[in-house]
Amino acid sequence: MSTSSPVIRTDGLTKRFPSVTALDQLTVEVQPGVVGLVGANGAGKSTLIKILLGLAPATSGTGQVLGLDIATEGSAIRELVGYMPEHDCLPPDVSATEFVVHMARMSGLPASAARERTADTLRHVGLYEERYRPMGGYSTGMKQRVKLAQALVHDPRLVLLDEPTNGLDPVGRDDMLALIRRVHSDFGISVLVTTHLLGELERTCDHLVVIDGGRLLRSSSTASFTEATQLLAVEVTDRPDDAGFDADAAVQERLTAAGLTVRTDGARILLVDIAGEETYDIIRDTVADLGLGLVRLEQRRHRVSEIFTQEAADVRTV
Amino acid sequence: MSAPSEPADTPTAARSGAGVIHDIGYRGYQGPRLGRAYATRSLFVQGLRGAFGLGRSGRSKVLPMLILAAMVVPAAVLVAVTVLMKRTDQPIDYPQYLATFGLFSEIFLAAQAPVLLSRDLRNATVPLYFSRPITRGDYVRAKAAAMVAAMLIVTVLPLLVLYVGALLAGLDFGHNTTHLGYGLLAALLYSVVLSAVGLLIAASTPRRGFGVAAIMGFLVVSGGVAGVVEAVQSGPPTAASSADWAFLISPSDLVERFVNHVCGLVQSSSSSFGDTPGTLGAVVFGLEMVVIVAGAYALLLRRYRKI
Repeated sequence: MSTSSPVIRTDGLTKRFPSVTALDQLTVEVQPGVVGLVGANGAGKSTLIKILLGLAPATSGTGQVLGLDIATEGSAIRELVGYMPEHDCLPPDVSATEFVVHMARMSGLPASAARERTADTLRHVGLYEERYRPMGGYSTGMKQRVKLAQALVHDPRLVLLDEPTNGLDPVGRDDMLALIRRVHSDFGISVLVTTHLLGELERTCDHLVVIDGGRLLRSSSTASFTEATQLLAVEVTDRPDDAGFDADAAVQERLTAAGLTVRTDGARILLVDIAGEETYDIIRDTVADLGLGLVRLEQRRHRVSEIFTQEAADVRTV
Repeated sequence: MSAPSEPADTPTAARSGAGVIHDIGYRGYQGPRLGRAYATRSLFVQGLRGAFGLGRSGRSKVLPMLILAAMVVPAAVLVAVTVLMKRTDQPIDYPQYLATFGLFSEIFLAAQAPVLLSRDLRNATVPLYFSRPITRGDYVRAKAAAMVAAMLIVTVLPLLVLYVGALLAGLDFGHNTTHLGYGLLAALLYSVVLSAVGLLIAASTPRRGFGVAAIMGFLVVSGGVAGVVEAVQSGPPTAASSADWAFLISPSDLVERFVNHVCGLVQSSSSSFGDTPGTLGAVVFGLEMVVIVAGAYALLLRRYRKI
């Protein structure tokens, strides 16, 4: 696996439709790994995927997928890329095996290789005996697996997964996310996965690309999303001899006065943004001054979703 | 972040320890990738097989096979009649056979054109095709070729039965070969012109039943209207008359009459051969077929450009 060259690179990519601008000067680089493409519905995710597959021309700007130009080498790109659409796309009267073999051949695999790869791939996504039955009778989870299998059957170097967990129950969702992790870790295939559910991406992706209204909001590693701003969770005891004293309010007041950002999470826990090493000292001293007991002082991470909503709100107000 | 990959590793180790063979891990594919032309051919083959229900459910084989039988069995019966009655010519000419049993090939077209196009639209499989090496043009080309090839099988097969039967019965070789040629020309034109109409209608609806009804309706109604108009205008059925212009609206009559005129079948035998309105009519009929085919193909390409 070459970790140096990006699998996707766009430069000033713009797509205008008569009434809307779907992509607006999007410049982003996606490295090998599992990358989440995050955005609300209508943020431009599907348009971006279409352009990356060479299916729709960009209004302006350039882009490369696996080093191939999206404007002129679409066919070559599509040979090395797998695509799992969001919507249902399986003919109900055909078996999974038959369907995936056909799709493998449509990707250019010779007949015998297509059958062999189909058997392998269906096993890897977790379809066994049921693969010989017509797909009309499959559960949503099984259908999602077949859709993933058809995207992987030609051993692409990159797969584009559009909302792969849509319609799945929590267990099915966890299975699918674990499978997506394996696509990269075990199969060595880079993944670009779109979703509007941020919690999923946090667990699955190495890197997140956030777009909103066709513009790049942020592109950075998942770790930096969650570590960038850290929190301290602080919990203190009440004064045993002074029941009327609101310890939480007092601590919050003192800390805010010391220039720290403090929120409550509603369950007797104060969340304090870490401004630096001295934050720990200020909290310790404040609690000691008030004569309270410190029950809890621990680091908490921001959730990706908090940052996303915050940044999206920031951008909109600008 | 490493948590999700752990459960994947553990069972692998456990299973390999237990000596189960089938978990051999992921293997990449280093073999050849045959590209667009091969993929287009694969789509063509799949479409052609699908038109006869092959690779689909047992139920979907019933109609195409019945049609095939309905086209071929009468030819076999005619051969038997020719042999038994020791006739010196076929009871029916090759192009005329196709015109007589044209309803069956029209039913076949109406039933199978939606199978080729509407199903992909309805199941939303089309975007999957376009995410692979083939282009939209390749898709239309493969599907159109599959439909025409399927129609050719349905129309040419009975002609071959008639021809082989004629030769076995010791009929005139030259005459039969020439007229088989006329028949093949008719078969080709029926296949191409009717497929163009059928595919265009099928591509406009994701509902299969809708497509079937629309295609059948169009072919039957246009033929019926043309027949009525012609009958009202010309009185007794005679040779070339201006009323024959009415057949401009009916694709199957267009083919039938064009072939009759071009191959000189009208003069040679009974008045049951429909004609074009004169030589000018033949030219116009021919041009109209070209326009239908080229126009339908262009519209199909346009239809799939947006998906």
